[in-house]
Amino acid sequence: MGKTLAEKIWDEHVVRSHEGEPDLLYIDLHLIHEVTSPQAFDGLRIAGRTVRRPDLTLATEDHNIPTTDLDKPIADLVSRTQVETLRRNCGEFGVRLHPMGDIDQGIVHVVGPQLGLTQPGMTIVCGDSHTSTHGAFGSIAFGIGTSEVEHVLATQSLSQAKPKMMAVEVVGDLPVGSTAKDLILSLITQETTGGGQGYIVEYRGEAIRKLSMEARMTICNMSIEWGAKAGLIAPDQTTYDYLEGRPNAPTGADWDAAVAYWDSLVTDDDAEFDKVITIDASTITPFVTWGTNPGQGVPLSGNVPDPASFEDDNERIAAENALRYMGLEAGTPMKDIKVDTVFIGSCTNGRIEDLRVAASLIEGHKVAADTRILVVPGSVRVRLQAEQEGLDVIFKDAGAEWRGAGCSMCLGMNPDQLTPGERSASTSNRNFEGRQGKGGRTHLVSPDVAVATGILGHLAGPADLAELAKAGA
Amino acid sequence: MEKFLNHTGVGAPLRRSNVDTDQIIPAVWLKKVTRDGFEEGLFSAWRSDPSFVLNQDAYKNATVLVAGPDFGTGSSREHAVWALQNYGFKVVISPRFGDIFRGNSGKAGLLAAQVDDKVVQRLWDYLDTNPGATITVDLESRTVKAGDGVDAIEDSFTIDDYTRWRLLEGLDDVGITLSHEDDIVTYEKSRPSFKPATL
Ligand code: SF4
Repeated sequence: MGKTLAEKIWDEHVVRSHEGEPDLLYIDLHLIHEVTSPQAFDGLRIAGRTVRRPDLTLATEDHNIPTTDLDKPIADLVSRTQVETLRRNCGEFGVRLHPMGDIDQGIVHVVGPQLGLTQPGMTIVCGDSHTSTHGAFGSIAFGIGTSEVEHVLATQSLSQAKPKMMAVEVVGDLPVGSTAKDLILSLITQETTGGGQGYIVEYRGEAIRKLSMEARMTICNMSIEWGAKAGLIAPDQTTYDYLEGRPNAPTGADWDAAVAYWDSLVTDDDAEFDKVITIDASTITPFVTWGTNPGQGVPLSGNVPDPASFEDDNERIAAENALRYMGLEAGTPMKDIKVDTVFIGSCTNGRIEDLRVAASLIEGHKVAADTRILVVPGSVRVRLQAEQEGLDVIFKDAGAEWRGAGCSMCLGMNPDQLTPGERSASTSNRNFEGRQGKGGRTHLVSPDVAVATGILGHLAGPADLAELAKAGA
Repeated sequence: MEKFLNHTGVGAPLRRSNVDTDQIIPAVWLKKVTRDGFEEGLFSAWRSDPSFVLNQDAYKNATVLVAGPDFGTGSSREHAVWALQNYGFKVVISPRFGDIFRGNSGKAGLLAAQVDDKVVQRLWDYLDTNPGATITVDLESRTVKAGDGVDAIEDSFTIDDYTRWRLLEGLDDVGITLSHEDDIVTYEKSRPSFKPATL
């Protein structure tokens, strides 16, 4: 019997396998950042161990760093200590680091692909659950905890039980105005936050093949939000075109050898998945969340659901809690919900394409009076590229704030936070209670919906902007 | 790591599903560079509510947390496990755990015992009617027990064999892997030259 794509990559990375034990997998790339690594380096020091392969390790500063006053030291002392600890650790153990102020600094999941370090057929880990992003290149990429970070630093390998295999077949075409973000948000609501648990998911089908690399990253990024171990997409010409010429991509004969290998990275026709889900992309419309987990979503054209409509007890109680926290009434049309802050950024939607879409929609409009839009590029290079294309001017002219690169309001570890009761439309990936600041209320949206919402002051889509233009004309 | 054989301690009913790691410990608490002191941040958004389970006298010294399904989903932060441990928890019981959380628990020595939905429901009811009662979790026999007589609850829990063995033996993962270093060296010799390097 044939193998799935993920099985092929898995099997190629098994260092040791033994009956009754998880496989020991070799790790091709280990990404680290300041939040989940200090205790791991400490562990190495205590045990007198070294980093086995600094040449397969890369560090960047992203979670804590401010997005304003970039020339000053970090004001928050505890954040500064954490960042300085990373710098000291990287120095001591010989790990390449892109610190604040460096041209290659940025969110770890934006930086890896941008450098061309993320390639097909690799195993990639990071002490961060959205490592699944890198699966867009046809690699097995997943988040790990700090003990595992220490393990990979010391051994360049990780013991892992082989997950089950799932296929998500996306048939049909995404309608104009619907995005990869709407697709993945719809899927998560359909399958719930636990639906992917125990699986590596391969996203397949015509609709996926037509997506750009950046849109594929948006999809794979949110695999973790429905509990999947990892999500991946088979590499193709789109992948190669993205990679060719990037600083860490192979060149010359190595490029040819790499492509020959990458071409083999497809699921065999006679391979069997443990589970197959089919979704029809042509039915996808702009989609937003109403609750406090990414599986609590509805089409933008819909209403806040009635908790009583959930049959499952746990889901009903969760919905009741969510509505209370979110300050929402069942039955309210989603488009009637007023929004205070719009956040455009994160490893889900903080790449150049996202900013291009956002800029093209915002051009010629003004941000609503009681609303603010924060645009935070995913990396310094994304910021510079956007500035070269004049996108920053378009944002600023419309009244949006243009910031430095980092995680920012995706998780509110830096000063970019919601205040209690403040409501956001956010292009990030988590609407958990307090995620963007204590008491903050988050609606997850695509960049398109984010912009329309910022202009109209309530949840809205690009179609509503077009209406506005017609009415004005 | 200390060996984990069995544990008896006060059970705390956390009647919530989908408790993600942002709820267990919000990001603002993650700035520390040590492994201790996270207990203050545990469930911090809920701790200001006097009716929250851990604010009730009966559950003050709880060491066994009984939670609803999808406990520990979301962010990979191992700080969630440390916060529970720093607070004094030895065991978390739930019908379903987030994958990374479960892995982290095994590495850090917190027992994540997966039981049937109904068992959680019965434990919740039992703890509500007997606040401060204890639960016994035995890793060797994979059983969870509470109460006496006809109403006694006794059921099995699942945990993968390998994690169970490591917890029972109190083994350090890195040490185990380094005992197979030859295999790593052999593997490295076969890696293709086109694989990327950062240095
Ligand atoms: S942008 Fe958000 S989700 Fe992505 S790595 Fe940063 S904090 Fe995590």
